[in-house]
Amino acid sequence: MKFKTDDGGWNPYFAGALTGVLAIISVYLTTILLGKTNYLGASTTFVRAAAFIEKIFASEHVAQNIYFTATKIRVDWQFMLIIGVFAGSLISSLTDKSFKIEKIPPIWLERFGSSMRKRALGAFSGGIIAMIGARLADGCPSGHGLSGMMQLSVSSFVALGLFFAAGVLVAGIVFKRRTL
Amino acid sequence: MSTDQILGLLTGVVFGFLLQKGRVIRFEKQIGALLLKDMTIFKFMLSAIIVGMIGIFILSDAGLIKFSHKPMNVGAIVIGGILFGGGWAIMGFCPGTSVAALGEGRIHAFFAIAGMLTGAALFAEIFPFFKETVMSWKDYGKIGLPEALGISHWFIIPVFIFMVIMLFRIFEKRKI
Repeated sequence: MKFKTDDGGWNPYFAGALTGVLAIISVYLTTILLGKTNYLGASTTFVRAAAFIEKIFASEHVAQNIYFTATKIRVDWQFMLIIGVFAGSLISSLTDKSFKIEKIPPIWLERFGSSMRKRALGAFSGGIIAMIGARLADGCPSGHGLSGMMQLSVSSFVALGLFFAAGVLVAGIVFKRRTL
Repeated sequence: MSTDQILGLLTGVVFGFLLQKGRVIRFEKQIGALLLKDMTIFKFMLSAIIVGMIGIFILSDAGLIKFSHKPMNVGAIVIGGILFGGGWAIMGFCPGTSVAALGEGRIHAFFAIAGMLTGAALFAEIFPFFKETVMSWKDYGKIGLPEALGISHWFIIPVFIFMVIMLFRIFEKRKI
């Protein structure tokens, strides 16, 4: 098995295993330093970020919304985690020269052509549906997929199974050209 | 910055670095997995899960950490899971990887992030409706597989790891 992949990345089993080590360290450090065990996750931060943006236009409305108040709108551990994820990816891609400005990904280009508007619409509408789903299911591939599975949570087995099953079905419809 | 913010930021930088090195954040890899052509993201994710699982259960047995299960609310998990999967397949990113993808220059991830922020704002509006309907159907609460099955986690973990390794062998054999 090769350590470097053809695209210059690290072996995914190795990078994944290191992420497992990171999760263990993070769980331990948050418990001893913050007094509360925090698990890696991402989607709650989108709720907080949405509330911060919405506050600019309708601060009273945000203050009265029960979901926003229950989520506690503040720049917390996970919010900074997500900012860190952006920075970490930027650092990694700039240092190994894999940083690339990409407007349309190849699979999309082949199926839907080079229209930026189409890609933007797909990403935007997919994002709306996915985030409503993630908030309903109370997690995404980070919260359920990584953190929930590590704890053998029943809900995460079901959630991840459905993420994948629905994803395979929809991706098949959207990206596979029918060769009839 | 407070302690929790600094800790979150540092953890995130390492997390983002590893996600990028694993090459799992790209649209091609995400959709590649859903088209069953390139299982890189599952190699990464399942490796992280088995390593993390062993460590987290040892820490938990030693009483050093607490679990944080997400509730097995049937309606919410099933409908939410299906919606997420469908949206994921069109967007080609998940919440965590969208931000990382933007970091490695995939600027179309911006629209995915904008969509997800809109989705989060919409969810906050629809939440009362969901709470009275789908979320009120049946809730088994915050349960783990060991409690649900009534067997020790140190029986389940080796079985889980064995199944994951079998899956890895299939991936390698088929070169996906």
